[in-house]
Amino acid sequence: MKRNKLSVVLNGLITENPTFVLMLGMCPTLGTTSSALNGMGMGLATSFVLICSNMAISSVKNIIPDKVRIPSYIVIIATFVSLLQMVMQAYVPALYASLGIFIPLIVVNCIVLARAESFASKNSVFDSALDGLGIGLGFTMALTLLGSIRELFGTGKIFGMTIFPEQYGILVFVLAPGAFIVLGYLIAIINRIKKVS
Amino acid sequence: MIYITIFIAAVFVNNIVLSQFLGICPFLGVSKKIETALGMSGAVAFVLTLSTIVTWLIQYYLLTPLHLDFLQTITFILVIAGLVQMLEIILKKISPSLYQALGVFLPLITTNCCLLGVAILVIQKEYSLLESAVFAFSTALGFGLALILFAGIREQLSYTKIPKSMQGMPIALIVAGLLAMAFMGFAGMV
Repeated sequence: MKRNKLSVVLNGLITENPTFVLMLGMCPTLGTTSSALNGMGMGLATSFVLICSNMAISSVKNIIPDKVRIPSYIVIIATFVSLLQMVMQAYVPALYASLGIFIPLIVVNCIVLARAESFASKNSVFDSALDGLGIGLGFTMALTLLGSIRELFGTGKIFGMTIFPEQYGILVFVLAPGAFIVLGYLIAIINRIKKVS
Repeated sequence: MIYITIFIAAVFVNNIVLSQFLGICPFLGVSKKIETALGMSGAVAFVLTLSTIVTWLIQYYLLTPLHLDFLQTITFILVIAGLVQMLEIILKKISPSLYQALGVFLPLITTNCCLLGVAILVIQKEYSLLESAVFAFSTALGFGLALILFAGIREQLSYTKIPKSMQGMPIALIVAGLLAMAFMGFAGMV
């Protein structure tokens, strides 16, 4: 299968954006976006796992028997997640603490398994890496956007930079309900734009 | 007394879906009808309690004594996946009626982040075995409560006129947001 390398990356970024179009992996999307930095950290962590697991799976795809492929994929993904856990604990302990339980939960993130099953198991190693990169960036972009909006309305800051004084912030945007409501409106706006174009 | 505190905290104050953001996929996916929501909640309550007990035993009798804590994520997910498969086979054999009610939801549960989430949470919180079991069961009840409430609202929503671009997922998310806001009222109870 020959395809344009760039289109593989763009596919994940826009056409099949995991959050806004496929609507996969909702738990980390809602749970870790209380600030722009947390959202971006989670996005990058997931991208790392996506790229590595996509490459690993596509390089062993011919060895794995068809019947046990899903458990094998899960083991491969879990290996990379454990690796990531240890690296993050050592080098960015603050981010690791604020993302908390959502780091080990990357294992059960539907995006990672979905890409392994639908892309990496059918394509070459290099293409799978690109697909992981595209989907990962799409996910990171969505999480950063959601995190920025919540942080801006909630505390008046983006990435810790003050935009307006904190006492005008609406606290509920940083708390749980804000996550649902902001994501709901974002998807509605995207639906609207898609209908016009 | 401590069990009552754990129970109330897990069902209302730290509701797994509406304040911890675990298990959002089934929460949004199977909440279109109250009957399916009931079936899903039953299946989750059953599997979650069982899997938490099993993973707790594995953590304290296998991983900790052998200093293999770093294998926690891999072990837990494999054990959970295996357990769900096994349950499906056993249920089919010994209780076809229960399998009829819960069967379709079992494969979906493996990818439910509640299971792995609660398994890791009870280790982090250093609960004893009985506390873990109570915590898991009450978490599942909280999940069921949120799911059934949400399904009820969504059934009503299908009779309402909603702007086109808000239909489906956006309005569901906003309703979930309002529900989460209602649950914030329980904060400070425990």
